[in-house]
Amino acid sequence: MSETRELDARRLLCPLPVIRTQDAVEQMQPGQRLRLIATDPGVKNDIPAWCRINGHSVESIEEQGDEILITITVGET
Amino acid sequence: MSEPRKAIALISGGLDSMLAAKVIMEQGVHVEGINFFTGFCVEGHTHAIRSKDRQRPKRNNALWVAEQLGIRLHIVDVIEEYKDVLLNPKHGYGQNMNPCLDCKGFMVRKAHEWIREHGFDFIITGEVVGQRPMSQRKDTMPVVARESGAGDLLLRPLCAKHLPPTLPEREGWVDRDKLYDFSGRTRKPQMALAEQFGFRDWATPAGGCCFLTDKAYSDKLVDMWQHRASRDYDLDDIMLLKVGRHLRPRPHFKLIIARDEGEGKFLEGYRKQFTSLKTVSHGGPLVLIDGEVNDDDIELAARIAARYGQGRSAPQVALEVTPPGGEPRRLEVEPLHPNDIDPAWHV
Ligand code: SF4
Repeated sequence: MSETRELDARRLLCPLPVIRTQDAVEQMQPGQRLRLIATDPGVKNDIPAWCRINGHSVESIEEQGDEILITITVGET
Repeated sequence: MSEPRKAIALISGGLDSMLAAKVIMEQGVHVEGINFFTGFCVEGHTHAIRSKDRQRPKRNNALWVAEQLGIRLHIVDVIEEYKDVLLNPKHGYGQNMNPCLDCKGFMVRKAHEWIREHGFDFIITGEVVGQRPMSQRKDTMPVVARESGAGDLLLRPLCAKHLPPTLPEREGWVDRDKLYDFSGRTRKPQMALAEQFGFRDWATPAGGCCFLTDKAYSDKLVDMWQHRASRDYDLDDIMLLKVGRHLRPRPHFKLIIARDEGEGKFLEGYRKQFTSLKTVSHGGPLVLIDGEVNDDDIELAARIAARYGQGRSAPQVALEVTPPGGEPRRLEVEPLHPNDIDPAWHV
């Protein structure tokens, strides 16, 4: 099982969580997973859109109070 | 077969850059998008903060455009570098604090650096001659090409026929005959082309792509600089200027008053950096104090804060005053009478 990287994007407003995700994914290998924690509800649209255009997949989106947790798997680029 | 030529398209999220990218894609060029985040972009932000906007489906327009076009999008954080553009624009400001000409030059320069690093051949923008009073005039279009260093690697497909042929045209990477000759402020040709490509539902930001074209925002920015030792700023400053009601009752401090629950929640995150006020005897907004304050200032701030809460007509209102990261203390004040709130305090 490959490791899951964590990314804390709480209090950042879109598009910063997307930029941080993009920069983190650039350093990762296909198949690795990234778990993002954010508070801007915009990430629920923006992260999946960003994943779709860049060939990554969203595994889950969970909401815990004001926090949104999104897990993505890095695709082949 | 030779590899297709590669172009990077500046994608703002609006219609023009979307059309420009599509026109070049139609010519068999491989196109990817680039979007620069200066901190002032209209994207999301306040919509994510204000309660009334939270219910509305929100999307990042640049990402949406890229998805419609089926291209990749690179979003670049230029917050730090952009400071110099905004603080020292060689060509000055537009109607408000928007340094559009320097801004365009900066973005094209960044795109030029990007294509060199990534092995791309040229740059596309959605600019149209005569569309914007400052950055998109016939005499300023060459300024952007020259000062960005991109020179004739900068192609504007929507108005290329009004401009000298660029390298991609001269080399035959793109067919100049299939480029356009749009000019002026009319949007009709863009609408027709959008129709032809089957584009619907694109974003039409009023005023422009960033907050700097907004008068109320620019006023707050200038006010902030006038009352600080230097004209600097950081990302928190930019964000806070977008949120709440700003009142400056004294030159050395101002109040940021949440206008709804969403803003209150957002401002909560800043209580470690600012003295904050919250009414406790009655409902009321969270208020931050920006500036160095003494006890008299705090009392005035508390009376103003009380004025914006539900106890506005009560004889006395109790508040908690919390210094940055410190313990709250209680204060009882009489809400300020509306006539005593000088309209000039509103930033
Ligand atoms: S409106 Fe803002 S982002 Fe657009 S060119 Fe002008 S300064 Fe730059």
